[in-house]
Amino acid sequence: MSGTPSYVPKSAIGKWFESRLPIMGLVHSSFVAFPVPRNLNYLWTFGAILAFMLGAQIVTGVILAMHYVPSATEAFASVEHIMRDVNFGWLIRYLHTNGASMFFFAVYVHMFRGIYYGSYKAPREVLWILGVIIYLLMMATAFMGYVLPWGSMSFAGATVITNLFTAIPLVGTGVAHWLWGGYAVGDPTLNRFFSLHYLLPFMIAGVVGLHIWALHVSGQNNPEGVEVKDVERDTVAFTPYATIKDLFGVSVFLIVYAWFVFYIPTYLLDADNSVQANPLVTPAHIVPEWYLLPFYAILRAIPNKLVGVVALGAAIVLLAFLPWLDTSSVKSGKYRPVFRVFFWLFVACCVGLGYLGSQEVSDTATLIARILALGYFGFLLVVLPLLGVFEKTKPLPASIADAVLAKTKPAEAVAPPASH
Amino acid sequence: MSSAVIENPNRRDFLFITTAAVGAVGAASVAWPLIDQMNPDASTLALSSIEVDLSPIAEGQIVTVKWRGGPVFVRHRTKKEIDDAVNTPLSELKDPQTDQARVQKPEWLIVSGVCTHLGCVPLGHEGQYDGWKCPCHGSVYDTSGRIRQGPAPLNLPVPEYAFLTATKVKIG
Repeated sequence: MSGTPSYVPKSAIGKWFESRLPIMGLVHSSFVAFPVPRNLNYLWTFGAILAFMLGAQIVTGVILAMHYVPSATEAFASVEHIMRDVNFGWLIRYLHTNGASMFFFAVYVHMFRGIYYGSYKAPREVLWILGVIIYLLMMATAFMGYVLPWGSMSFAGATVITNLFTAIPLVGTGVAHWLWGGYAVGDPTLNRFFSLHYLLPFMIAGVVGLHIWALHVSGQNNPEGVEVKDVERDTVAFTPYATIKDLFGVSVFLIVYAWFVFYIPTYLLDADNSVQANPLVTPAHIVPEWYLLPFYAILRAIPNKLVGVVALGAAIVLLAFLPWLDTSSVKSGKYRPVFRVFFWLFVACCVGLGYLGSQEVSDTATLIARILALGYFGFLLVVLPLLGVFEKTKPLPASIADAVLAKTKPAEAVAPPASH
Repeated sequence: MSSAVIENPNRRDFLFITTAAVGAVGAASVAWPLIDQMNPDASTLALSSIEVDLSPIAEGQIVTVKWRGGPVFVRHRTKKEIDDAVNTPLSELKDPQTDQARVQKPEWLIVSGVCTHLGCVPLGHEGQYDGWKCPCHGSVYDTSGRIRQGPAPLNLPVPEYAFLTATKVKIG
């Protein structure tokens, strides 16, 4: 980008190396000199938090794999062995299981932030779609990881999710047998899930690389939703400004993470998963992990199997189409008064569906779940396309600098008053 | 094309298409073993039948046996349960099938114990029809294992079985 000083190695060795592999220059331009909008708020630290969580999950996961045995007869006991016998095994496993929840919490904040500030709009459509792919890979990874301890809830979860494929007409059952390596979830299923659970995080890391690449092509969105016009006035250097802010965000996040790990490590786990899997018995009240509950509620709200499975899939896949479903040219929710109301209703629908997904089936719960599912799809398919046409948005600031300075130095009124 | 006449399609086009075709067949034949290895293996296929002794199963009792890694319900039905199943009009059924078509002997109902919705194991003697009710998404089956309510689309399937003696049945 213009205005950023290019990297010049100081030492002779540095110069020698840089002329052969300019990796320090790449790091410098990406994470030191990279210009970031000067008005980013703390919601923008969740990218760094997510990168940290991916690293933490890979480190703890690789360690757990050194002690875990992927076998239907031994998996459950090997997890207990990790918890009781392996040095600090309890810590590493609790870091990993709670880490998955923290990872999802952070990704949901990151996604809702993207929706609120219109971060998926041009020129960031590919960036957003890569994010949806990461989210899908995360769900697949988390699901397969949940199966590994081979508790009764692991087994029920594996059964229900793989049975979603039986809804496919004609070939569904064949696909399910292929996924299971048998006629039901069993030893072959566990082994392949372990293999894939180890593989997918590295695929996530690869797509994260593309995600960051795409981000560095378009530059970051910001709370005002107006693009950088003047690098000197509108941006600050990534280091130290964003680096320190991200580190602070990660630190605060780590406090919450550590609170869960050390004080309430089983709060997000299910007691039924402390009972070993039994293929002949399904626990009386099965629920998925909290981060999948809204989709589970959508599945349960629909009385037809195939339609239910399609709706579940559509609820996720539609997110990839947000750049085109949202027709408004104004990015930030800050300048979209009507969108803002619907946005919070959408959040309420997601949270409400999540709550209902955790409850037992009843007529009232199903009815409410149907209304909320309509709200979810209504926001994506009706509200967002129509708002772009009918909504009267507020005037945008002339630039990021104008918006920032208008707020902090009203006396010096930098921009013409028309920008207010 | 000017004076340098090149026949169209020419020799190069032919080589391109045949090479690509052979390459595609080659790629597919390499891909198939990589895909097929995930299908049920020989040891799984070998475990295809079990024998069940019916003599200890009391009237009204449901016994769950493991067949092909999953549950199969063997239900010794009472007179009332049989009558309920037989007297249900087909018009009330989501997946219409007579009770007679689902049993070899009326007092013995043998059905898969896998809910046809998403594969959970339904609980016996539960639900409005006193058949089964699935704990996962609330599908209700009657005393013939037929779907009556909820999201499951089909009746509990009847596995292949044969009576070896009056009190012994072979499933699979």
